[in-house]
Amino acid sequence: MADRVIAAVEGQGDPAPRPLPEPAVAREWLEAMLLIRHFEERAGEMYAKAKIGGFLHLAIGEEATIVGAARAMRDADYLVSTYRSHGHALARGTSPNAVMAELFGRVDGCSRGRGGSMHMFDLERRFMGGYGIVGGNLPLAAGMSLAADYLDTGDATVCTFGDGASNQGTFGETMNLAALWRLPVVFMVTNNQFGMGTSLERHSAVTDLQRKGESFGVPGMRCDGMDVVDTHAVVSDALRVAREERRPTLVEAVTYRFRGHSMADPEEYRTKEQVETWRRRDPIATFGERLVAEGIVNGEDRDELDRRARARVDDAVAFADGSPFPEPTSLYDDVYVLGDQVQGWYSIDERSAGVHRGEDEG
Amino acid sequence: MTVMRYREALNTALREEMRRDDAVMLMGEDIGVFNGAFKVTAGLLDEFGERRVRDTPISENTIVGMGVGAAMTGLRPVVELMTINFSLLAFDQIVNHAAHIRYMFGGQAKVPLVIRMPQGAGHQLGPTHSHCLEAMFLQVPGLLVAVPSTAADAKGLLKAAIRDDNPVIFIEHEYLYGQRGDVPDGEDHVADFGRAAIRREGGDATVVGISRMALTAEKAAEVLAAEHDVEAEVIDPRTLRPLDLDTILASVRKTNRCVIVEEGWPHGGVGANIAALVQEQAFDDLDAPVARVTGADLPMPYSKPLEQIAFPHEPQVVEAVLATFRDP
Repeated sequence: MADRVIAAVEGQGDPAPRPLPEPAVAREWLEAMLLIRHFEERAGEMYAKAKIGGFLHLAIGEEATIVGAARAMRDADYLVSTYRSHGHALARGTSPNAVMAELFGRVDGCSRGRGGSMHMFDLERRFMGGYGIVGGNLPLAAGMSLAADYLDTGDATVCTFGDGASNQGTFGETMNLAALWRLPVVFMVTNNQFGMGTSLERHSAVTDLQRKGESFGVPGMRCDGMDVVDTHAVVSDALRVAREERRPTLVEAVTYRFRGHSMADPEEYRTKEQVETWRRRDPIATFGERLVAEGIVNGEDRDELDRRARARVDDAVAFADGSPFPEPTSLYDDVYVLGDQVQGWYSIDERSAGVHRGEDEG
Repeated sequence: MTVMRYREALNTALREEMRRDDAVMLMGEDIGVFNGAFKVTAGLLDEFGERRVRDTPISENTIVGMGVGAAMTGLRPVVELMTINFSLLAFDQIVNHAAHIRYMFGGQAKVPLVIRMPQGAGHQLGPTHSHCLEAMFLQVPGLLVAVPSTAADAKGLLKAAIRDDNPVIFIEHEYLYGQRGDVPDGEDHVADFGRAAIRREGGDATVVGISRMALTAEKAAEVLAAEHDVEAEVIDPRTLRPLDLDTILASVRKTNRCVIVEEGWPHGGVGANIAALVQEQAFDDLDAPVARVTGADLPMPYSKPLEQIAFPHEPQVVEAVLATFRDP
C-alpha cells in the first residue's frame, strides 16, 4: 500500500537530507517548481472554463521529479516525456506563454496548436516531446541516445514515464537494447502509485520498480520524488553513468499526483486519507520550509517567488487568450517535408482546394 | 546498364548511399552476420562495420521507434523488418510517431526514416506470413509508400527514399528478390516518387498493377494481345504516396477502361482507392465500371492449390479486362 512506499522512501539510505545546492540554485529550483504548480492549477481552471479541450493531465505533486531531473541535465541533453508534459516543457525553459497557448489550441503554441496537452515540443530547448501512447516514448528516447552515441556528441537522454508504462512491451524491449548497445540514456519511472486508476500493486507483480530493468541489464536506483534535492542527486549520478560509463540506468522516482489522472477522474480508486498523507509531503511546501529553516530565503523572499510565478502564469493566460487560432488554410502545413519527392501536399481532399496533386505548389 | 537481381539492386542502393553519407545506418534482425534473411544486406557489415550495420534483437516496435528517435536527432536510419507481417508489431511507432511527429509538433521535427520490408504470398507460409499490406500504410498521412516491381526501381526508389526527409514505407516483394533486370549504373540513378511507369503501351484498356502484380499485369497484357486482339496499357504506379494519378487518368481517357490488380485484400484496398479516384475524375471517359482483381478476402491458406487460387494470376486479369468489353 502507499504507506509502505512512503515508509520505504523515508526509511531509505541516510536519514539526513542531502545538502542544499548554492543559494541561487536552490531559489531557482523553488521558483521552477512554483511555476509548474501555479501553471497546472491555472490550466485546471482554464479547462473548467472550456478554454482548453481534450484531455488535461496535471502534474501537481510531481514537481520535484520534474525539476530535479531537468536541472541535472545539460542544455544539449534530450528530455523525453509523456502525456503529462507541461511541467517538463516549462522546466526545460519553454515559455509558459507557448505552453498555455498550446493548451488553448492557438497558433503561438509550442506545437503550433497541432499537439495539445499531450504533445508539447520544443526542439530548440531539446524538449523532445510529450507522447500520448503509454510506453511509446521509450524507443524514441533510446533512438535519440543512439544518434548521440553514433555521432559521438556526448549528449545524454532522459526519458520519463509512469509506473503503468513499465508494463508495456516497449519497456522490456527498450531496456534490453539500451543495455546491449550501451546507450547514454536515463530511464526515469515516475512512480505516482497509479496507472490511471489502477494502483501499483494491482498492475505490477514487481512493485519495487527500480528492479524492473535488472533482468534486462539495466541497474536501478531510487530517489525520493517528493524531494527535489534527492531527485537531482540521483539523476545526476545516473547521467554521469550514462555519459562516462555508457550504461543506461532505471531511476525510480517515488511520488504522488495530488489531482486525478486527468480532469475527468472521480478518484474512486483511492481514499482522501491517502491523498492527505501524501500532501503532507508536498514537494514545494517542504522544500520552501527547508530553505527558510536553513536561511536561504526568508518568508518575504518566498512570497515574492510565489508572486512572480503567479504573475508569469497570469501573463501566459493573457498571451494565450490573445493568440489567434491557426488559419484554416494552414490545415495541411507540415504533414510532409516538401522537397523533390513531395512537391506539394498530395491528397484528394476538398478541404485543401487546389493543393492536392503533387505539382510544385510549395 | 548492368543486369542484376532485385535484391542486388537494393544492396547496391544501400551500399552507395552509405558510402555517400555517414548518417545512413542500418538496423534490423539478422541483417549483419547472417547477411539478411533475404540477403539484401549481404556484405554490408563487412564493409561498414557494427557501428553502421546493427543486428537487433527481435523487437520490431522498438527497432522502428529507435529509428524514429534517431531520425529526429540527426541520423538517416534504414530499418529492415524481416517481412511485412512483423510490421504489425510496429504499427504504434509507424503511425503515431513516424508518420505524425512532424505534424503534431508543428513542423519542428523531421523523420528521415526508411522502413524496408518484403511482402507477398506464394511460398506456402500460411495466414501469418503471406500478407500484402500496402493499403494499410497508404491510408496513413505523413508516410510515403513505395512498391517497386523492377530491379531498376528497387535501386532508384530506395536511393530516393534514403535521401528524402519524410518517413518512407518501402515495400519489397519476396517473389521479386530473385528477378533480374537492367539497372542503370552509378550513384545518380535516383528515381522520382510520384511518377508512374508505363510498362506497356496500348489503346484498348488500362491495367494498373501494384507491386508484383505489375509483372502479372504485363504477362496478362501479352496474352490479351496474342489471343484476344486487345492492346492493354500497363501502368506501374511505383509509389502509392505520392500517387501519379495524372498518368493513370491520361491512360483511362485514352482507353476508356480501367482494371486495377493487387495482391492484397479487396476491402479498403489500393484498388478501391484508385477506383474511387478514377470515377471521381474521369467518370465521363469510362465505358465500363472500373474493375478490380485482388487477393481473396480471407487469411491465406497453407495448402498449395488453395493458396494459388487465393491471389491473382494472369488468367484472372485477362478475364477482368475482357469483362470490361461485355455489355453489363
